[in-house]
Amino acid sequence: MTKLSMTVNGKAVSGEVEGRTLLVQFLRETLHLTGTHVGCDTSQCGACTVHIDGKAVKSCSIFAADAAGANVTTIEGMANADGSLSVIQQAFQDCHGLQCGFCTPGMVMTSAALLADNPHPTEAEVRHGLEGNICRCTGYHNIVKAVLTASGQTVAAE
Amino acid sequence: MPKDYGIGASSKRREDVRFLTGRGQYTDDLSIHGQAHAVMVRSNVAHGKIVSIDTSAAAAMPGVLAVFTGEDFKDVGGNPAGWLIKSRNGEPMREPKRPVLAHGKVRHVGDAYAAVIAETYEQAKAAAQQIADDAVIDELPAIIDMKAAAADASNRVHDEIPDNICFDWGWIEDNRAAVDAVFKSAPHITTLELVNNRLVPNAMEPRASIGEYFPGTGDYKLTTTSQNPHLTRLLVAAFVMGIPENKLTVVAPDVGGGFGSKIYHYGEEALVLAAAKKLGRAVRWTAERSESFLSDAHGRDHVTKIELACEKDGTFLAFRTETYANVGAYLSNFSTATPTFLHGTLMAGPYKVPHVYVNVKTIFTNTAPVDAYRGAGRPEATFSLERVIDKMCRELGLDQFEVRRKNFITPDMFPYTTPVGLAYDTGNYQATLAKAIEMADVAGFDKRAAASKAKGRLRGMGLSTWIEACGIAPSHLVGVLGSRVGLYDAATVRVNATGNISVMVGAHSHGQGHETVFPQIVAERLGVPESSVEIVHGDTSKIPFGMGSYGSRSLAVCGVAMNKAIDKIVAKGKKIAAHMLEASEGDITFEDGKFSVAGTDKAKTFGEIAFSAYVPHNYPLETLEPGLEETAFYDPANFTYPAGAYICEVELDPDTGKVDVVAFHCADDFGNIMNPMIVEGQVHGGVGQGIGQALLENTTYDENGQLLTGSFMDYAMPRASDVPFYNVDYSCQTPCTHNPLGVKGCGEAGAIGSPPAVVNAVIDALHRGGMTHVTHINMPVSPGRVWQAING
Repeated sequence: MTKLSMTVNGKAVSGEVEGRTLLVQFLRETLHLTGTHVGCDTSQCGACTVHIDGKAVKSCSIFAADAAGANVTTIEGMANADGSLSVIQQAFQDCHGLQCGFCTPGMVMTSAALLADNPHPTEAEVRHGLEGNICRCTGYHNIVKAVLTASGQTVAAE
Repeated sequence: MPKDYGIGASSKRREDVRFLTGRGQYTDDLSIHGQAHAVMVRSNVAHGKIVSIDTSAAAAMPGVLAVFTGEDFKDVGGNPAGWLIKSRNGEPMREPKRPVLAHGKVRHVGDAYAAVIAETYEQAKAAAQQIADDAVIDELPAIIDMKAAAADASNRVHDEIPDNICFDWGWIEDNRAAVDAVFKSAPHITTLELVNNRLVPNAMEPRASIGEYFPGTGDYKLTTTSQNPHLTRLLVAAFVMGIPENKLTVVAPDVGGGFGSKIYHYGEEALVLAAAKKLGRAVRWTAERSESFLSDAHGRDHVTKIELACEKDGTFLAFRTETYANVGAYLSNFSTATPTFLHGTLMAGPYKVPHVYVNVKTIFTNTAPVDAYRGAGRPEATFSLERVIDKMCRELGLDQFEVRRKNFITPDMFPYTTPVGLAYDTGNYQATLAKAIEMADVAGFDKRAAASKAKGRLRGMGLSTWIEACGIAPSHLVGVLGSRVGLYDAATVRVNATGNISVMVGAHSHGQGHETVFPQIVAERLGVPESSVEIVHGDTSKIPFGMGSYGSRSLAVCGVAMNKAIDKIVAKGKKIAAHMLEASEGDITFEDGKFSVAGTDKAKTFGEIAFSAYVPHNYPLETLEPGLEETAFYDPANFTYPAGAYICEVELDPDTGKVDVVAFHCADDFGNIMNPMIVEGQVHGGVGQGIGQALLENTTYDENGQLLTGSFMDYAMPRASDVPFYNVDYSCQTPCTHNPLGVKGCGEAGAIGSPPAVVNAVIDALHRGGMTHVTHINMPVSPGRVWQAING
């Protein structure tokens, strides 16, 4: 067992993990932050995406121990300080960018990182940026629309 | 001005807030004190005789609490098929028992034959591997190809079924001679052999179940990823485990998509309940994605020969089909309905074709069970029809739009009885086609095609005019068709004393937005704010009964039950108002949330009536009972018949064979619309899945029955960059004539209508590029298949 500490959603946390424990397991099972989901076992679906030091990372693809000392943000840490939805979260609701909600945390985390890197993406850039996240419900239409809307762009194609 | 409230408003979804902030409660998110972990031991061969399963080493491993094998369940009941289908010769279908864990034989890769319960998941997994190492399973030849399976009596999936045929069904058998006669003398016959490719539903949330047992009361609780918890309770109680129904609660909390795959009861649900009882602890199981690929019910998998007989001007005379439908190794709950009554009954499409005959042979193979997947049978029917019509138009040099118009049932012909047993109540197929042509700017196509050509690409346009029967009930009809249960639904409207409202519904929401849409209807009807209405779903201990959500039935069946309960609330409210206002009940009117005495200014608000209902001082109890809660069951008189016209435009790179969908237009008739935003979202999702089927997705077993497409690395799920923005319209509305909401259902439309539009567009692009030798490409129309078709 390895002792580790890191910052998650602005709070210092610590725990003991086995070497093989994935970050997503540490978040879900030790910290009970169950908003980060597991949708596959091959790092393809993106439902477990979190931010590590500001970068979008699939939390099934990194050991918890390797995130020691890092600053991790999960979906639970994405709302504004007053509890209201952040711009990207609000855009997902306004644009009906989610249905069953299972892929949604990962989509929001990837989208937020995408917009941080590229504040005014084209539609093609958004679609390319979301390739690592699978959604089975929406056909992606309203997810792409939400990301473009969150960037302040109006969506011409309807 | 669009409405901002009630029926027809695009109310934002209230469930979104918890999903967007990580507060959803999916089954795997729940943690129960003292829980143990289950891992299934799955067969790595497609077909084998279980010689021995030595579990002693596994049982002695650290943390292991219990081990189960098929032997532990050999005396409990089997998981039944819900529909009894009869073969053409009158014999009932062959119906092998589907055990909780395989016993005697394993019948597909992924077939679970043992399970381990341990303190931790890792311990259970290690012990499961030990059992797999210690089990002796003699591999038998795998039965994979359907036609070979039916031809070879020596190798059997189930020893008691000699030819691996579940049933050989004719619909309608009495039509056969007349249809054959038409084909003998028809001026033109178009024949097409096609495959409707096998798909894995892949809801993003893998299946998961938690079993609990409470020894103090003898109660069981199953928390599970289900689209219909009441059916699961019924199956577990009455058929599989023999637990008294009143001792079993089934809860389906937030469920991360279903698309059909979570309708059915699976063995893992029984396993966690049995294990919980044995250990006196909660037992949880969550599928890895690999297990989902191996053990969720798959979809489609038809091999079909369809023939169209017509006049030289394209007037349809008859359709005749012969289909081999793969049912996999065991009968899943809806598996016998999907290739038959959800498929054969739609084989007239929206057309006034006088003669239709459908033959379906359903075959057992050593593959995962196959059952309903979004659309379920209707996509297969639509694909066969719309592809053969497209082929006929090319053979005869006819205009695809004109041929549809010529053959459409016209609005004056409703109600219209088809030769395959359905009575369409209403529709306007001309209107949706005209709308789609306008949306797609068909007139401007040549210009766009020229622009594509200048880039070295081929542009094509494909059409599909689809219809479906949904709102799955009507109980009398499904009973005639073989369903062993009626499929009505129920709702309870409970008006609390302070005037807010809880509505308990049998429908289950796993992405459809019921928590938002159902309150819109209640709010509109009762004149209360949407925010004061809450929907309770997914818990058998709270809801009277229900048949869950599938077959685009939530609104058309359960929503109408709720509407009926609201009628009863209004009637009771009038009674209370008459008492309070000292008026005759017949003089009370209800409008805008107020009960008034007609022609006076005497009135009581809805809230006043609700309060009075629970804390009355002076009710005449013989005639006026306190309380304001009503339950209604609803069974529709008919299916609903949404229909529409889809036009797809593709660009194709002739050098690589890659196809891009560049535009997709949907003109649908869903009847009345409750929430346009959600309807659009449903169509987007369905079309996305349809494009996935048409261009990307395929489930491949090798000749040994190994699943070659067992992960997201091998099975091509549509990604954001694979699809365009969709252009969706639902303004052509012919409200359903037999339900008071006038709704038809929109959940499956996109997946039904879109695949043939995509494939027709690909063939169109190739023909426009001069490659008229290509008459068909099977789905998925991958770059490799297109390239091979081009290059022979």
